[in-house]
This record gives sequence, structure tokens and C-alpha cells, in this order.
Amino acid sequence: MQIPYEIQARPDTGLYNAKLGIWLFLASEVMLFGGLFSGYVFLRMGADPGYWPHGLLDVRIGALNTAILIASSVTVVLAWASLKMRKFRDYKLWMGVSILCGAIFLFVKLTFEWPVKFEHFGAFIKKDALGHYEQYLGNAHLAEKKLDPRVEISGHLHEVEIQAEGVDHAKLETFLKAHDLEAKPDAHDPKVLTIEGRHLTPNVAAKLERVPGVKVEAFVLGLDPVNAAPTDPESDKPHFWYKGPTEHLGKIERKDIEFYSAFAPKHSPYFAIYFTITGLHGLHVLAGVIVMIYLWLPITGGANMFRKNPEHLANRVEVVGLFWHFVDLVWIFVFPIFYLL
Amino acid sequence: MATEAATHTHHDPGHEDHQHYQHWIWKYVFSSDHKTIGIQYGLTGLVFLFFGFCLMLVMRWQLARPDTVVPWIGPMMAHLETWLNMHHPLAADGSPGHWFWLRALTDIFPGGKLSPDGYNSFGAMHGTIMVFFGIVPVAFAAFGNFVVPLQIGAPDMTFPRINMASYWSFFISCIFMSLSFLVPGGAAKSGWTSYPPLSGIADQGQGIFPLGMEHYIHPFWNGQTMWVTGMVFNITASLLGSVNFIATIIQLRAPGMTWMRLPFFVWAQFVTAFLLLLAFPPLEAAGVFQLMDRAFDTSFFMPTGLIVSQQLTHFSGGGSPILWQHLFWFLAHPEVYVLILPGIGMVAEVIACNTRKPLYGYKAMVGAIFVLGFLSFVVWAHHMYMTGMGAKVAGFFQTTTIIISIPSVILLTALLLSLWGGSIRFNTPMCFAASFLPMFGIGGLTGIPLAFNAVDLYLHDTYYIIGHFHYVVAPGTIFAIFAGIYHWYPKATGRMLNEFLGRMHFWGSLIFINGVFFPMFLQGMAGMHRRWYDGGATYDRLSGAVVWGKTGIEWNGFMSTSAFLLGAVQLLFIWNFFWSMKYGRKASDNPWDATTVEWDTPTPPGHGNFTHPIAVYRGPYEYSVPGADKDFSPQTEPPGDRNKPPSGAPERTLHEVEVAHS
Repeated sequence: MQIPYEIQARPDTGLYNAKLGIWLFLASEVMLFGGLFSGYVFLRMGADPGYWPHGLLDVRIGALNTAILIASSVTVVLAWASLKMRKFRDYKLWMGVSILCGAIFLFVKLTFEWPVKFEHFGAFIKKDALGHYEQYLGNAHLAEKKLDPRVEISGHLHEVEIQAEGVDHAKLETFLKAHDLEAKPDAHDPKVLTIEGRHLTPNVAAKLERVPGVKVEAFVLGLDPVNAAPTDPESDKPHFWYKGPTEHLGKIERKDIEFYSAFAPKHSPYFAIYFTITGLHGLHVLAGVIVMIYLWLPITGGANMFRKNPEHLANRVEVVGLFWHFVDLVWIFVFPIFYLL
Repeated sequence: MATEAATHTHHDPGHEDHQHYQHWIWKYVFSSDHKTIGIQYGLTGLVFLFFGFCLMLVMRWQLARPDTVVPWIGPMMAHLETWLNMHHPLAADGSPGHWFWLRALTDIFPGGKLSPDGYNSFGAMHGTIMVFFGIVPVAFAAFGNFVVPLQIGAPDMTFPRINMASYWSFFISCIFMSLSFLVPGGAAKSGWTSYPPLSGIADQGQGIFPLGMEHYIHPFWNGQTMWVTGMVFNITASLLGSVNFIATIIQLRAPGMTWMRLPFFVWAQFVTAFLLLLAFPPLEAAGVFQLMDRAFDTSFFMPTGLIVSQQLTHFSGGGSPILWQHLFWFLAHPEVYVLILPGIGMVAEVIACNTRKPLYGYKAMVGAIFVLGFLSFVVWAHHMYMTGMGAKVAGFFQTTTIIISIPSVILLTALLLSLWGGSIRFNTPMCFAASFLPMFGIGGLTGIPLAFNAVDLYLHDTYYIIGHFHYVVAPGTIFAIFAGIYHWYPKATGRMLNEFLGRMHFWGSLIFINGVFFPMFLQGMAGMHRRWYDGGATYDRLSGAVVWGKTGIEWNGFMSTSAFLLGAVQLLFIWNFFWSMKYGRKASDNPWDATTVEWDTPTPPGHGNFTHPIAVYRGPYEYSVPGADKDFSPQTEPPGDRNKPPSGAPERTLHEVEVAHS
């Protein structure tokens, strides 16, 4: 039994089955990402002043990835056009380039963009304690300029200070060893132990707090530029050229912190929606790359099909190309709403 | 060696007279044939309908006799609990150890009585199972898969393997939902709507760890998380199915099957598929958000400063519970039409066939169903009047809600007028189809007061609304499903269902289902809330509202008795269903003398459906055509002399003829 119109278009609709199928699928994808983006709008509109961060993503990297994805959309069309002209070698070349572009996009995302965020520390300050940290927040200066206040201090975690008294030393030692950290008595205050080490990420700090007997007193950060120089006019607006944390140290008392975490999904609705949308988009890129590899590899790929029925292969490439354009289109929305606005 | 030789002979083409030999596992289990998939969907859906019904029976017992031992299942669970305590007692820290899955069951019935958590869990799962695992799989997926390709003269769906993937994705979601009763804490208990923040914090800290992730994440597989995961798979199944349905209807119509010659059932499925295609993805987005909230502690739906049991929660806050409600109802209102439109389609088929006359206003019905489909996307917030959305927004949504009643009334009126002047055959499918009309009418008319903001504030979350939507879905869609089953069963199995048992089933169902749902309007208008686990005992002492000589709570006994009798009547159907498969009267290819194309196949149809090329020459409901030699003119019958080639015959490509022959 053969299903009609698998390869040739049905005369009255002008479509072969898979082309209609992918357009319907993309319609549903539009609604999926529509739902996700409306979630973004809803959360952003409902955020309290100061709670929607700006300028935390590196626009240069984002722009690079945008360029890569747009380029791959062009090359996938070239791959399809090569098949239409029955030039198999050109098809292999352009399809290979498209796959490479998709892979580079994912590589940048997974080795740079996401991991640096998991090491970044951010702490929201309690409303009644905001005054103590004026030197890092510069809210008087912002109020003068009628800008939203700052409520968060962020940077790279240098040290965690914990109470020396009442610590279960055996358990603490086990924990420090497991995470490659060391504890030193504080030079100025004998009641305080300072924990430091290369692997002191925000997640490890949160785990340290759950070790029995440990009471965290304060966090010491290498501050982000906005907190290091809060009254600098450069810090007033979201800076597109992201600068890493400075060597300017700042100390935040634990009791003044409302909520702290890495720049991970749980940090705030901003990072929650950022990771969800870029994550789902990344999964779509991955799916597209896998399908393109399937159509490109010597064994699974189109050589046989090209010999038997080149039109069938061209149709398949057209369908995956339509999907790939959609993935590209989603990114064209993702880039401005997260990186630029 | 012997086995090898045997296998070899088995595959020897010389010994095989059948050209397309298939191992039974490919033929009946992992089949890509639309009819098999339809039957798989149908059986799975019917099992879940029955399961959801049983959950409801336990709840109805609890409502009528609060805090008494539930019959049958109660003592069984009490014994099981005693046995567990004796042989596998709880550890010192209260953890159930390896027997957690059995503990989860006995925890629902401590001492044989339904626990409050168990009641909530049963309520949530009854709703979820009936809507997403019962009605949609049966009304949309089962009948759509089985009937639509046959009715349009197609050999199969456009994407048979995606069709199979759809069923198995649905199957995985069924497994998640079923197993969620066995995890610590029990199945989801935040209602089928799963409103946060309750659903965000429910069961947190309970459950099973994902394999090997004990150090990275909190216990993850608990009732609510399994609910969300199951829903994500269910939505995927709907998506794959709906793409297939739309593509099939657009691409695979037989030569001559123009749009206006489509049977109304196909139109109904077409619009339903669009609703599923476009309305489900926002819920998928919401499901992903809720999964993130539960697994990674994000705050999509968690407001700032959320305090639970006098403790600040570990969420950062800043999210919005209302966001969930918007995304959920953006699906769930179109979902209401997903539930009812296939039902209306089936009823239209059965009515046209058994009144022996064309449907009244076929074109108007097709127009109405499209308007209905479109409008169903702009009414969702009428479920949310209680959120305090303000008069302007509420005004918009109550206007659209009132407008959507116009196409609904067109459909119902057209079906009602179709009865006028017909020579009606009251067989079992027609009984169900005819009673669908007043039942759906009651459901629809009681919905109109709910459309108005001011009235809804009073009736919201009372039994009135339970009565309203159950009239639409239970004696509405489920009666339509029964009509469909009695109507198409001969085509699927080759045998007729027993008519006497069918009539008993019909009259019992009609009487008792009204006994269950009609008093709900009285209770609801008296102010009884839908989620009271003790059946409103607390409320009843306070209000003393008396309706027809009974207080609200006294009606519970009557309703629960009706529910149990309704269950007993369904046993007749189950018996009939299996008995007739083997011993029923043999059915001819066209036992109802119907006109549509699905009756032009052998019974039951083989792989590829049609044994001769199909061409369509006329509209779907040419019954009692003046001057014709019989009272039905099948769509495939050429006009005029049957021995002469028809003059207006549609042109066929060589390719299509080949396809139909292969």
C-alpha cells in the first residue's frame, strides 16, 4: 500500500504531504513559543522595580550566534537548491556547513554562555537593609536620575565567612575536602572562619549552609562593575558590552540577604524564562542538527535516495530547511528580548 | 539449529500465500494502520473512562456517607495495611522503604475510609483522566483515526508512522498517570486545573529520586511532577495526531470528495484537530514552566514572599500564579470544544442515517463549527472572573462568551430540525444520538448564566458548575460516544452489538445519569461548594437551605445511589461489547443502509481499506432521494445508469488508480 502524494504534489492543493505536515507542525510551534514569550511579557510586566536585570548577557556572543544561525539558514537553502539542480556534491558541502553552524551555536551556548552564569553570585538585599549597602547600590544617585532602584549585589564569590563557634568540625572537614576548599581563622575576628577556594561556587555555598552546625555570617564578592562603581554614569544604563566582575571586593552580611543564588533558573523569573526559552530553543537546534546529520552522513544519508529518487531527497531537505528557518526565526526574537531590551 | 531452520521456512516466500505477511506484534501492537491505532486508542480510552468513573464512585460514597468505610476497596486496603504493618513496618524515621508503592495505596484509605488527601487526589485525577485520557482519546483519536480516512476514501493517514508514535506517546503518558498513584504522597491533588501556587508546593520533598541524581536534585517523581510529565507526553500525542488528521483531510480525499461533500463528522474532526494543534502548545509551555518550578525551584508561578505553614518558602518569588491560569485556560477552553465537537459530528452521522433524510442546514453547520472553533480561542478568561480582572476585561470575555452560544445553538437547532419529518429508526445508536440533543441542550443553556461576570461570582466553584459541564460532557459527549460505538462497531468487528442489551444500557444510562447530575444544579444554587470532602456537612448545618424537601446534603444520597446504578448499567455495555465480538449477529458491509464512504469497504476493512478504486459522485447525506430506487444513494454510486460510465465522473490520475488497487 502506498500513501498518495508522498513525493508529488496533489494538484488541487499544490503540496506534497510532508510539506503540509511541517507547516502545520510549525503552526503549533508558533503557539508553543508564543506561550513562552507571553510568559516573558507577563513576568516582566509584573516584576517589581529593580527586579528585572539588564545587561547581564554578553551582546557580542549573542550577536555572533545570531550571525551563525542566519548564515546556516542561507546554506540550508543552498543545499536544497543544489539538490533541485541535481548537484549532489554541492548538496553535501552546503549541508555540511549548515550542520557545522548548528554545532558551533550549541558549542558556544553550552561551553561558554550557560556555564559562566552558574558561577556568578547574586544576592537580593532585604528592603530594610538596602541603606547599608548604598556604596554598592547607589540608589540615591539613581533616584536623582529617576531610574529604577538597584536591589541586587552580584559578582564572583571569593570567601564565605562562617561562625567559628558551634561548628561540627568533622562534618565541615568532610564537606571542605569533598569540594576542594579550605577554612582559615579570620585575621581580625577570632569568632569567624573564612572559607575559600577555587571551587567556591554559589551552589557550593548554598550546600555549605546546609552542613549541620554551619552558620554563614557573610559573603565576600569580587563585585560586578555596576556594584563596584554604582554612581558611574556608565552603570546607569544597561551596558551592551558585558564586563566581568572586578577585583573590587565587597562584603554582604547573610542576615541582610533576602535571597541569593547563582545566575541559575531559580535566581529570578528573568533567569528562569531565559534558561527555559534558550533551553527549548537549543533543543530545537539539536533536533535540527540530528536530522540534518541523518540526511548528510554517508551511510544513512541521501546518496542512495539521490540515485533512486532525487526529488524525494530534495523534499526531505526542504522540510528540514523549513524547520531550520523556524528555529532561526525564534532566535531572532530571543536575541533582542534577552540581550538588547 | 532446528529453530533456525523453522524460522527459515517460516520466512520462505514460497510457503506464504499472503503477500503482506506481518508478525502479530507489528499487526496488532506496533501497527501503523489507522484502524488498529484507532481501536488501540479506543480501548485504552474506554479503560481510562471506566477507571475515572470508579474514582468518582469512591468520591460519591464519601459524599453520601462521609467518613465511613468504603465498601469493597476499603476493607481490602485496611487488610493490606495490617499486613504491611506486620511484615514490612515503617522504619524508625517513618520511611516506608521498598514497599512505598503499596503504602501509597493504603495511605489513601486509612482504616478503610477515604482520607481527605485521597479525596483531593481522586478529584484531581478523575478530572484529568476523564478529559485527557478518556474522552479526547475516544471521541477524537479513536473515532477520528478509525472513521475519518474511511469516510474520505483514503488508504490510511498521511503519516502512518507518526500516527503510531502518537499512540505510543499517549501510552507513555498513561503509564505516568497510572504510576503516579504508587509514589509516596499519592497522585496529584491540586485539581485537574493544577492551579499554582498550590500545585507548585504540593508533594514537595516527597517522592522518588530520579535514578542516580540523589545529590543534585530533590525527590522528583511525586504525584504532581508525574502529572505534569504525563501531560507533556499527552500533549505531544495530541500534536502528532492533529497534524496527521488535518494533513489527511486536506491531502487524501478521494477523487470527487470535494470539501462540501465531506460528511459532517469529518468537518468536526477537522476543526477539532485545529483546536488541538493551536491550543495545546501554550499548555505545553505552562507545563514546562511548572516542571521547572518543581524540579529546579524557579518562580514562574511563585509570588514574592509566599508563606506555607508559617514558613517562608525557598522560592525567589516574583512570579505570577495568574500566568498559569491564563496559559491553562487558553488551552482548556478550546479543550471544551475538543470534547464536544467530535460528539456533535458523530451524532450528526447517526441522525442523518437513522432519520433517512439529509441533515438540515449542512452548510450552516459547517459554517457554525468554524465560527465556534475560532471563537473558542477568545473566551478563555470567563473561567477566571474570580481573579479580579476588572470590569473591562470581564466585559470583553462575557461578550465573546455570549457570542459563542450562537454557533452552538445553530448546530443544536440544525440537528433538532433534522429529525422533523424523518422516518426515524429508533435503534440503539439513534436512541443515544436523540437523547444527546436535550442533554447537551441542558448543559449549554445552564452555561449561559455562567457567562455573566456578576452571576458567575456567586456560582463559581459550586456544584452548579459541576452540573453544567457534566451535562455537556457526560450525557453529552459520552452519549455521543456510545452512539458512535453502537453505530460503527459492526464495521470494526464484523458483528452487530446486541440490540436488547443496548436498549437496557440506554434507558438505564439516561435515567441514572440525570439522577446524578440534575440535583447538582439545586445544590449549587443553594451555595454548596464543589471541593468539600465531607459532602458539605459543615455547610449544611449553617444554611439549612431546603430544595424540594431536601437540604443540599440530603440530595447526596440520592445522587450517589444513582451513580452506583449508573455504574451497574455500564456493566451491561461491557458485557455486550465483548460478547457480541464473538457471538453477535454477523453484520453485512453496510448494515445501516448508510450513504457515506466508510460503508463501501469490506467488513472489517483490511490493510489499505478499499478493494476497488473509490470515486465520489454526490453529497454525504443523499437519503430518500425522489425517484431513486432505494432510500439511500451512497456517495460512491455514480448518478444515472450504473452500467454506463457517468458523464460527470471526476478525472483520476493514473497514480491514484494505482494506489487504490495496490
